[in-house]
Amino acid sequence: MKVYGVELKSRLLLGTSKYLSLDLMAKSVRAAEAEVVTVSVRRESSQFREGQEFWRIIHDLGVRVLPNTAGCYTVKEAVTTAQMAREIFATAWIKLEVIGDRDTLAPDVFGTVEAARILARDGFEVFPYTTEDLIVCDRLIEAGCKALMPWGAPIGSGKGLNNPFGLRVLRARYPEATLIVDAGIGLPSHAAAAMELGYDAVLLNTAVGTAGDPVAMARAFKEAVEAGAAAHRAGPMQSRDLAQPSTPFVGKAALS
Amino acid sequence: MRLVVNGAEQDVAAETLAAALEALDYGETLVATALNGDFVPARKRAETSLSEGDRIEIVAPRQGG
Repeated sequence: MKVYGVELKSRLLLGTSKYLSLDLMAKSVRAAEAEVVTVSVRRESSQFREGQEFWRIIHDLGVRVLPNTAGCYTVKEAVTTAQMAREIFATAWIKLEVIGDRDTLAPDVFGTVEAARILARDGFEVFPYTTEDLIVCDRLIEAGCKALMPWGAPIGSGKGLNNPFGLRVLRARYPEATLIVDAGIGLPSHAAAAMELGYDAVLLNTAVGTAGDPVAMARAFKEAVEAGAAAHRAGPMQSRDLAQPSTPFVGKAALS
Repeated sequence: MRLVVNGAEQDVAAETLAAALEALDYGETLVATALNGDFVPARKRAETSLSEGDRIEIVAPRQGG
């Protein structure tokens, strides 16, 4: 796939949070064969300098980073966070999150559109975390986004694709945009389903980070994403409500 | 002067943001800074003066989803 001019072989983007150790995180990223990982910026103490070791490990993995504005509830917070992230990570890529609700972590779509406009004008390549709402996505594209990241379900909920119908309509409406399902994926079957809908990629974190065996789960997700993408390319059958026999009737012996 | 550094009040002997990072012992640590909610690029830290009560945020790479 190609996003903002960058060719990627892997359609599985992985988060770096929630692993029991940085070593497990690194092994999971390798097992997933992910080329892009999400990261954040957080307060650094001069005494402990926790971020430096984390950055060294990410750097050694040789992956591309997609910094996020997680935890931002206002446009100003998100824009300032993005500017800090751009300087630290030396990338124009930003996963834009402007959160509207503390319980569902639903995006504040109005704030997201406004922040996307500001950031795109400032040269950022924005990956907005959004809902599947067509009008919101329309405004995001208008604001300069070439990628959209609609949620499957609330962040960390593991519910999968709560509205596959909405996601399907979004895919049909924007054939040119890079569409990545981000948030709420819990199982490899959810990731496969997103790819079968024709989505370009999926982004997930909790489903691997909190799995009993994150490395094995990362591998399972890699295979599911590949299977779903291959299925989509192979032209899936149409589904129907009623049965249609697969075995031909002609030549059946009369035995009654 | 009295500053709020990463949410905690501290007395810092510095007049500029660059000097504050030095005084706080950040040295060559890879960080980004904001002053009173506004991003301050690294190249502007030396010319950014501080006032009593200023809020400084110093961030670095961290895990994220």
